[in-house]
Amino acid sequence: MKSDALVFSDVAGDLATRFPGVPLLAQQTRDDFPTIWVPRESIVPVLGFLKNEASQPFRLLFDLTAIDERHRAHREGQPESDFTVVYHLMSFERNQDVRLKVALSGDYPRIPSCVSVFPNANWYEREVWDMFGVSFEGHPHLKRILMPATWSGHPLRKEHPARATEMGQFTLPDAREVAEQEALRFDPAEWGMKERSEDSDYMFLNMGPHHPGTHGLLRIALQLDGEEIVDCVPEIGFHHRGAEKMAERQTYHTFIPYTDRIDYLGGVMNNLAYVLAVERLAGIRVPERAEVIRVMLAEFFRISSHLVWYGTFAQDTGMMSPTFYMFNDRERVFRIVQSITGGRMHPSWFRIGGVAQDLPRGWDTLVREFLDYMPKRLAEYDKSVMKNSIFKARGRDVGVYTTEEAIEWGVTGAGLRATGYEWDFRKKRPYSGYERFEFDVPIATHGDSYDRARVRVEEIRQSLRIIEQCLNNMPAGDYKADHPLSTPPRKERTMRDIETLISHFVGVAWGPVMPAGEACFPIEATKGCNSYYIVSDENTNSYRTRIRTPSFAHLQMVPQISRGLLVADLIIVLGSVDFVLADVDR
Amino acid sequence: MIVVVALVVLLGVLAIGAWLIILERRLLALWQDRYGPNRAGPFGLAQIVADMVKIFFKEDWVPPFADKVPFILAPGVIIATVLLSFAVVPFSPLFTVSRLNVGLLFFLGVSSLGVYSVILGGWASNSKYSLLGGIRGIVQMLSYEVFMGLSVVGVVMLAGSFDLSDIVRAQRGLWFFIPQILGFVIFFIGGIAVTHRIPFDLPEAENELVAGFHTEYSGMKFGMFYVGEYVGVVLISAMTVALFFGGWLGPFLPPLVWFLLKTFLFMCVFILVRAALPRPRYDQLLAFGWKLLLPLSLANIVLTAAIYLAAKG
Repeated sequence: MKSDALVFSDVAGDLATRFPGVPLLAQQTRDDFPTIWVPRESIVPVLGFLKNEASQPFRLLFDLTAIDERHRAHREGQPESDFTVVYHLMSFERNQDVRLKVALSGDYPRIPSCVSVFPNANWYEREVWDMFGVSFEGHPHLKRILMPATWSGHPLRKEHPARATEMGQFTLPDAREVAEQEALRFDPAEWGMKERSEDSDYMFLNMGPHHPGTHGLLRIALQLDGEEIVDCVPEIGFHHRGAEKMAERQTYHTFIPYTDRIDYLGGVMNNLAYVLAVERLAGIRVPERAEVIRVMLAEFFRISSHLVWYGTFAQDTGMMSPTFYMFNDRERVFRIVQSITGGRMHPSWFRIGGVAQDLPRGWDTLVREFLDYMPKRLAEYDKSVMKNSIFKARGRDVGVYTTEEAIEWGVTGAGLRATGYEWDFRKKRPYSGYERFEFDVPIATHGDSYDRARVRVEEIRQSLRIIEQCLNNMPAGDYKADHPLSTPPRKERTMRDIETLISHFVGVAWGPVMPAGEACFPIEATKGCNSYYIVSDENTNSYRTRIRTPSFAHLQMVPQISRGLLVADLIIVLGSVDFVLADVDR
Repeated sequence: MIVVVALVVLLGVLAIGAWLIILERRLLALWQDRYGPNRAGPFGLAQIVADMVKIFFKEDWVPPFADKVPFILAPGVIIATVLLSFAVVPFSPLFTVSRLNVGLLFFLGVSSLGVYSVILGGWASNSKYSLLGGIRGIVQMLSYEVFMGLSVVGVVMLAGSFDLSDIVRAQRGLWFFIPQILGFVIFFIGGIAVTHRIPFDLPEAENELVAGFHTEYSGMKFGMFYVGEYVGVVLISAMTVALFFGGWLGPFLPPLVWFLLKTFLFMCVFILVRAALPRPRYDQLLAFGWKLLLPLSLANIVLTAAIYLAAKG
């Protein structure tokens, strides 16, 4: 990690030269991302500098979140803070991240908004306000985003209960019911929309939360001129289940099943992002066999997720049959997943330090059968879907954005690669042994809906290639690390020595105690970059778990690329962006 | 006699329209690697009976915000116009409700009235999705009626009559789909558009407009739209057969059987198209119609006329 330290001093040094007299303080984290404390009043200029002026700039606001520090015990070397706002920036040129922290004091602190620097900070700042009660001065629309407008309180604050049983009995008196109903009334002005133009009234169309084209509980308010979209505002939060709050309640081990349900099409892909972050925190090295098993399962889920996208996207264009073919194929993926893990959509199969069990006998036959079967199907789909001229006409030049716009709005994954920018975490920052695999990173050039589709279809083929390599080169060895924090330890070992048996007991009865520190681990998930930022206070459960999901960023961009299109195009845009509402709302 | 024929046609067509629903569900399932409804009766044939019983017992709800009279009228219009058109369909030399000497024009005229059901349904529902669907429906159906009308002019020239029975008889030597291949293709495309089925189901476009012009309908009123659509498919198939595929003509089998067989084939084509194709966007649909189908159908008329006159010499 020597080179990291160098770049680390780079960023800190650059900032120190550019902002003399501003007290900057570096913090060591377990993920070795340069972490710098910046005073409240300097944060916006510092962000502006890093984005626009620095050499090899940090152009992507990867994440923006907060930590309620008031109960945290282990904060050695960190400035006094009640609430810390965390900015996570990424530079593609440097292939480096930087984390900026701002210490705030007071129960309901204020901080300047950085929407003027990073437009995609808009939703993130709203979320921080909604969850923590931190106000952002100068934010254009600081309203609740995940919780209902009538909600009182800020759930991620430590004083807010984590269990329904602590919340007191729910009652719905008539007066409250009326008030709740009234709060749902649509008022265009409140959504930042004009009611009429010079010569005509606009039509407002409420699309969702129940609508066949939104792929889940999503409401989009449309301002229409005829069928042309003048403006559209997504409303999210219908699928919010407080996963981040649950992470503060569950042990590190028992939180794994919750991650499966974040991107519910991604299955173990969510486990992967989570356990990698925990392992980085704990300093666990995973055996090679476990790594390859993880890669194989993760790629199966990439295929499965892309198949659902493929089918539903075809359905969005009015095609009826592909959905059935692709769900059928997905079922074959599930059959393999089921044989290996026992689960289907949510196997919760990865463990801290490895995977739950070794591969079952005969797994290779199943995988080989699938590898023989799938390419033929993909070739058929190319003919019936991708090469269909109506399908092409629907996707071409609809929902176009450039690489710059993509980065400006925090787009990662296939959506970024479709603009012609070759960025894949598996290649650029290989994790879980991806450096040992041979595969291509498909890109396209126009950045329209059809190109995003092309990239994903090609990704299915590449995933098949990776799985084939897993099949042919599955290393021997253990499926779980022999680290004391691996949870639970391998059964064979617990039967042999008392030390392991005790750590098994502790891990199951209380949960493993992770060393104090912070770590995150961005991975290339099915829909883009997924990362869990875990703050440990040396306890059995995390002090704060921040889940950065790709869908959230992608959905925020939808209005930008939908203005001026028709209602029919909006459905295509939504489909091509490929989000899962559970992944948006968490 | 005429009353009996009319009754047989009326009931027969309604029954075929209803069975077409089950045929479509089974065929789609076959092409989509699944079973489809196969429990009620042999091969699931009684499914439609169950569906009908269910739909009749459903609450027949008129939304309070709807404009009642047109709202109730709309589903009747589609059934009425489609069934009326069957009056001129020549099932066999003897089996026709009414042999009009302007049969073809009658068909075009009456079936065009079907657009009123979409207008009324979309407008009277007083819902934005319905309105958008209704507007789409009007423009689409009116445009494609034009190409449909133009595409059969060639047939009329060759047969020298608007009487559908005469048109069938004129095909004794050669079915018209060979000299009128262009006319046939345009007529069939127009037919799909007029019955607003995939790929031309924009007025209902589930993914975009929920259910388009009939979003607010439920119970048997919804069922009438549904059956109306399927009877429309039967009508277009029957007309395609009468105009281009020699109607009842064919060896060995009785004429009526030939007519039904051919019609059945085209009904299957309708379903196959639905299984295979996506839906174009609104502007693409209209561009396709006015920029491609219109010039093609005009060219077809000119060519047919030129060859016809040259041959007559």
